[in-house]
Amino acid sequence: MQKEYTITVYTEDRIGITNRITVIFTRRRINITSLTTAPTEIEGVYKFIITVLAERSLLDKVVGQIERLVEIHRAFVHEEDEVVYQELALYKISTKALKNGSIEKLIRENAARILTITDEYFVLEKTGHQEELIALQAKLAPYGLIEYSKSGRVAIVKWSRRFHDHLKNLSQQEADDLAEVDYTHGQPGSHQEESI
Amino acid sequence: MKPEAATKPAAATAEKLHITGSEAVIRSLIAEDVKTIFGYPGGAIMPIYDALYDFQDEVHHILVRHEQGATHAAQGYARTSGKVGVVFATSGPGATNLVTGLADAYMDSTPMVCITGQVAAHLLGTDAFQETDVIGITIPITKWNIQVTRAEDIPGAIAKAFYIAASGRPGPVLVDITKNAQVAKFDFEYSKCEYIRSYHPVPKLNNEAVKYAAALINEAKKPYILCGHGVLLAGAEKELIALSEKAGIPIASTLLGLSAVPVDHPNYVGFLGMHGNYAPNIKTDECDVVIAVGMRFDDRVTGDVTKYVQQAKVIHIEIDAAEINKIITAEVGVHADAKTALQALLPLVKEAKHDEWIAGFREADKQEDEKVNRRELYPTEGALKMAEVVRLISERTEGKAVLVTDVGQHQMIASRYYRFKDPNTNITSGGMGTMGFSLPAAMGAKMGAQEKEVVAVIGDGCFQMTLQELGTIYQSQIGVKIVILNNNFLGMVRQWQQLFHDKRYSSTEMTNPDFVQIAKGFYIPGKKVTDRADIVAAIDEMISHDGAYLLEVVVEKEDNVFPMIPAGAPIANIRLE
Repeated sequence: MQKEYTITVYTEDRIGITNRITVIFTRRRINITSLTTAPTEIEGVYKFIITVLAERSLLDKVVGQIERLVEIHRAFVHEEDEVVYQELALYKISTKALKNGSIEKLIRENAARILTITDEYFVLEKTGHQEELIALQAKLAPYGLIEYSKSGRVAIVKWSRRFHDHLKNLSQQEADDLAEVDYTHGQPGSHQEESI
Repeated sequence: MKPEAATKPAAATAEKLHITGSEAVIRSLIAEDVKTIFGYPGGAIMPIYDALYDFQDEVHHILVRHEQGATHAAQGYARTSGKVGVVFATSGPGATNLVTGLADAYMDSTPMVCITGQVAAHLLGTDAFQETDVIGITIPITKWNIQVTRAEDIPGAIAKAFYIAASGRPGPVLVDITKNAQVAKFDFEYSKCEYIRSYHPVPKLNNEAVKYAAALINEAKKPYILCGHGVLLAGAEKELIALSEKAGIPIASTLLGLSAVPVDHPNYVGFLGMHGNYAPNIKTDECDVVIAVGMRFDDRVTGDVTKYVQQAKVIHIEIDAAEINKIITAEVGVHADAKTALQALLPLVKEAKHDEWIAGFREADKQEDEKVNRRELYPTEGALKMAEVVRLISERTEGKAVLVTDVGQHQMIASRYYRFKDPNTNITSGGMGTMGFSLPAAMGAKMGAQEKEVVAVIGDGCFQMTLQELGTIYQSQIGVKIVILNNNFLGMVRQWQQLFHDKRYSSTEMTNPDFVQIAKGFYIPGKKVTDRADIVAAIDEMISHDGAYLLEVVVEKEDNVFPMIPAGAPIANIRLE
């Protein structure tokens, strides 16, 4: 069954790595719905957070093919309950809308905040899950929504501690066994949260 | 540059050499023990060729006639020598001509390092003359690639390239070097790459998995070994045979696994796949434990996967973790190279005999012998048959030649009937099925194993895809034996048209040139045979000839290769006629 999954990919910092990863999805005809990438807390290691709509069994194979790439440390498929995640959206709305008192209530209820106001427009920011962001977009439409822009997903994996400890030790490790360790405790989709 | 400096070994000296990036390329290759390069010069790689000029005593460059030929030659070289094949090409069209060979080497796990010239760094992305995004183009068909824009990065890039190409599951690597990096000078130092922190080519063996695999084998009534290319790549032929002999397990081979086990070994039961032998195919539906070693369950082996080995438990020994559970769900996956895994497995496996199970294969063989092999191998009338020619070559070379085949009917026939004796004597394009592969691959194979007889068996269609390499064979005096099995058809496509498209022979009939005359144009002697009475003498003449030789054999025009498992059908649907 197709579902939305979060995929995390830990990579070396190298030109073209995005291309290397995305062609593997392209070959399998999987549409990437969002992609976020940024450096991690570990020097030289980048994290890609990819969301896709696909079947789990297919994604497990895709992730294996991603991990095969030389500059990839590891790649994981996460079920919804394995990750804490947020997305961010910006909404550009005509300043005239502020004259309508009901928009203020909408902004408060959605914990959105105003980033900037000009004579012509103002920009609202909201973080949350995709559905909430899209819901707000729909609610803002009657007020003269000029433009809407949503980020990809940022996510923290609940069971990431051991894996991140390994990544931190990377440069010291000689023939490290990073690739062989099952950081998911062998049970994808049913992880207890690690205590800090 | 002083001439005496040129001959000094690169890595051995402590003092740093202040040299150009181009000279660094050559010295890096020498440090990697490269003796042979296949290539073709052009504008963007001229500085490297200029540097090569000073090292002709140490590195032998084979000037091919097309860059695709260089890649296949490097593949053939890698397969016989066990070393990494090396290719030089220029930017733009030179680089794009490598694509087919890179894709072929990637599919068939062949270690290769391609070095391409590139326009100067400041011109990248500007549509400069002969600029192409070769990195972008080759991402999906290389194990790794890198663009180098500074001279000082050249040794590190080449060291990584060789390490990656040869380790783990081998594959092709491409290093693209901009012209400014080739001409800039820097202090050269070389050290081999032995570790990349994000890359783990030697997996840690999971002993629990090995124990479980041994337990499955020990309990099995009808265990069955499927031998793939990984056995040859890991040099695990002895271990595989030892396992087979100790536990009485029959061995079948994939196309690329051929030659790992001598065809006359008592436990060897034949060739798997669409046009393989009858018994090893149908017996996959009967076995209870499959020991798949260094193979990847290609669709040409499995047929309909939903009907494949459903009754059996699968032990999958494989160096590439992404292959385990990719096509067939394994009962146990052993993530390791074939040698490591088999060495660990052997002491845990109990001695056993499965004589009745093996005898069942021999029983099934009788059907194939009767319906197919006898009339293919020993016809007495009509036109010559491909199989009888292959049989005669096999007999005349005692199964010890390196057999290089192209793609199509002749490939399947040669793979079926050549009686391999020694490992790494079967070279063919398996995964990609690249027509035109064998003539250049045979050149490389000969360069990698000068002491061996190298026989290229080629179809008339395939030959015409890369026949310009006869020029290379002549210029570099490469003593390959070329056998064209000429049926004046693209035989395999015609066979499918006959069986599945109502004999509508759309664009498969070939009006061919005089092949012997073409060879003569390249000063390569040859002969054309059409009569059965002349074939033995012609093969003997070819083999006893010192140097390259072309033998054209006119064979039955509309022969089919059987057995055959129709594409996408379950193995049980195998047809003998």
